[in-house]
Amino acid sequence: MSGLLEGKRLLITGVITDASIAFHAAKVAQEQGAQVVLTGFGRIRLVERIAQRLPREAPVVELDVQNTEHLETLADRVGQHVDGLDGVLHSIGYANPETCLGKPFLDAPWSDVGAALEISAYSYASLVKAATPLLTEGASVIGMDFDARVAWPAYNWMGVSKAALESVNRYLARELGPKKIRANLVSAGPVKTMAAKSIPGFEVLEDGWDGRAPLGWNTQDPTPVAKSICAVFSDWLPATTGSMIMVDGGVHATGQ
Amino acid sequence: MADKQLTEQDIVAGLAEIVEEVAGVAQDEVTKEKSFVDDLDIDSLSMVEIAVQAEDKFGVKIPDDELANLKTVGDAVAYVANNS
Repeated sequence: MSGLLEGKRLLITGVITDASIAFHAAKVAQEQGAQVVLTGFGRIRLVERIAQRLPREAPVVELDVQNTEHLETLADRVGQHVDGLDGVLHSIGYANPETCLGKPFLDAPWSDVGAALEISAYSYASLVKAATPLLTEGASVIGMDFDARVAWPAYNWMGVSKAALESVNRYLARELGPKKIRANLVSAGPVKTMAAKSIPGFEVLEDGWDGRAPLGWNTQDPTPVAKSICAVFSDWLPATTGSMIMVDGGVHATGQ
Repeated sequence: MADKQLTEQDIVAGLAEIVEEVAGVAQDEVTKEKSFVDDLDIDSLSMVEIAVQAEDKFGVKIPDDELANLKTVGDAVAYVANNS
């Protein structure tokens, strides 16, 4: 049986546990025929162990998006496993939970805000730049978003970083369009991952999401988000770029 | 290991090996009354790594919500014994 992503070569960042959205994206992508390379940050041994839990064990290359050498050598290191890339998933974000999340918004120092913007938004551009030597015509790059057109409780400077990410995505779409490479965001509803649990006040974000979502929403189930990522990786959204694909059960479309 | 009956001693010894590998804590420090965080100074991401290795080693599944309840080595030993 031929899958939606048969023959696609994908670079997937952001796997830390088997609850990570990126893990489920990699799993569904493999089930649909893709060849996957993962990047890992910090806990490489943990990521390698998690990579063994995929349907087919995926190679792991180290990537700290704040490390220039990692970025400069990324294409060579990924190129040892695949001869090109048809897609890249950016699923990376960080904001200091002591100052930037769930704490008084006006008290966050620039040093922490700057780091949040660098790791969560600028790195989408630097990851794409690093992967450019491998990206082929028709490729699809995807960033993970949480709708930043509005202000959420507790999400604070991570929300500001996501707003920056949304703008980076639009400029990437302009930049990559002539090469026939698409840049889109998947804007997901709340999913219970390691990253989510480290957001003080995450429960405020998830509370009521299921009730507000016309389709309902299960914070324990990352599969709808993973499937949507794979749809954007596929050849079936060929004229879509610079977009936010809303995968939130429909909450963005509702009032109260 | 998951196929045969594990003794409490097997589990403590297995956990001690994992804790040493992940967090660099000497194996003889890993005893049932010790708290992972307060006594062994293990951070939350290391706990996740220990849990993942324990899952592979003992053939158990440790959901995140359960992991938060495993405060001491003894808690983890009891969980593995009851769920493997």
